[in-house]
Amino acid sequence: MKAIVAVLFTAVLTENFVLAKFLGICPFLGVSKKLDTALGMSVAVIFVMLLSTLVTWPINAYLLEPNGLDYLQTIIFILVIATLVQLVEFTLKRYLPPLYRALGIYLPLITTNCAVLGVVVLNVDRGYGFGDAMVNTLGAGLGFMLAMVMFAGVRKRLESADIPDFLKGLPISLISASLVSLSFLGFSGMAEGMFGAH
Amino acid sequence: MWKTFSKGIIRENPVLVLILGTCPSLAVSSSVQSALGMGIAATAVLICSNVFISALRNIIPDKVRIPAFIIVIAGFVTMTQMIVKSYAPEIDEQLGIFLPLIVVNCIILARAEMFASKNRVLASALDGAGMGAGFTATLLVMSSIRELLGSGTWFGISVTDRWAPPMLIFVMAPGGFFVFGLLVALAAKLSKAGEVTPGCPMACPGCEAAADCEQSQKGGDPA
Repeated sequence: MKAIVAVLFTAVLTENFVLAKFLGICPFLGVSKKLDTALGMSVAVIFVMLLSTLVTWPINAYLLEPNGLDYLQTIIFILVIATLVQLVEFTLKRYLPPLYRALGIYLPLITTNCAVLGVVVLNVDRGYGFGDAMVNTLGAGLGFMLAMVMFAGVRKRLESADIPDFLKGLPISLISASLVSLSFLGFSGMAEGMFGAH
Repeated sequence: MWKTFSKGIIRENPVLVLILGTCPSLAVSSSVQSALGMGIAATAVLICSNVFISALRNIIPDKVRIPAFIIVIAGFVTMTQMIVKSYAPEIDEQLGIFLPLIVVNCIILARAEMFASKNRVLASALDGAGMGAGFTATLLVMSSIRELLGSGTWFGISVTDRWAPPMLIFVMAPGGFFVFGLLVALAAKLSKAGEVTPGCPMACPGCEAAADCEQSQKGGDPA
């Protein structure tokens, strides 16, 4: 139990995907302007991330590794993610129209979101078992959501701020992201402190 | 001909003007060596995939072109991964998961979709080389600033660290965002393009996210 909490805590706070690992920056900057779009995108990403780990982990452990096909990981993983995104889109459209209307528009963009492929590759690189891999994936997704939601709030404030002309738009967003990321540095070392050697 | 190559370096710089490939740019620019490694690896994949996709542009059916592009790109990334792993293991260690993540580097998919699938092989190769050069040059500038300020060295060679304590924050995550923000502001000033918005590899017509996307609200295609 303690180990699971440690993995989750590390993935959400100390190794936040967006603010510390630089994964998923495009949606972080692109769709964080409004709180509801930020939330919708995050939920869709968490959903696809969990599904991808659910499918890729067994493929890697039972099909690729025993047969010495590790070098095919990148191709197989991106194929699985692209297929899953399509399948999720069809399924939602057919059986859960309300959910599709809420999440559907974000789905096509998720294939090229490096946070999804990133978490899958990371799980394999670190040699996580199935349980740890799922928890790490959930943590990564929640961390993405936390960063998106926090940053949506920051950007709302920025809209009414008096900003020098040459920094307007993306540059000031990046500089604010730098400050948000600075605040997350405060969590480093906390996982070791709270849960012992990691 | 020269223009096809040179537009990627400044006028349509993929990172600072089109705002593509932000994740790897931020992640590997903490040292010049890893930035150079990433630049070369991504450029190689970009040229190969542009040539290959351009050669197949009349064969790939329009409806499945995006998955087809991704498979081609993933193939070249896997080759690059194998070459880097065996000939430059220390670069492989520095780039970590960002080496396989070249697959989802928006620059490559964007050039396949916006250029290679519509142009001849030679032009596509030049476009890939130019965009790759622009990506590499930006990474070099960014990593030089971050390494000099953050660890007082350049390409591992000691420069200022003997007489001034380095500002460690610049090699950490916040420094990456900060330097990138300033460079984007500078590029916007130089290219006089006005406000820049994050790019995306898809063409806006037909994109289902267009309603919520800043890019399409600003009036269209990133290209």
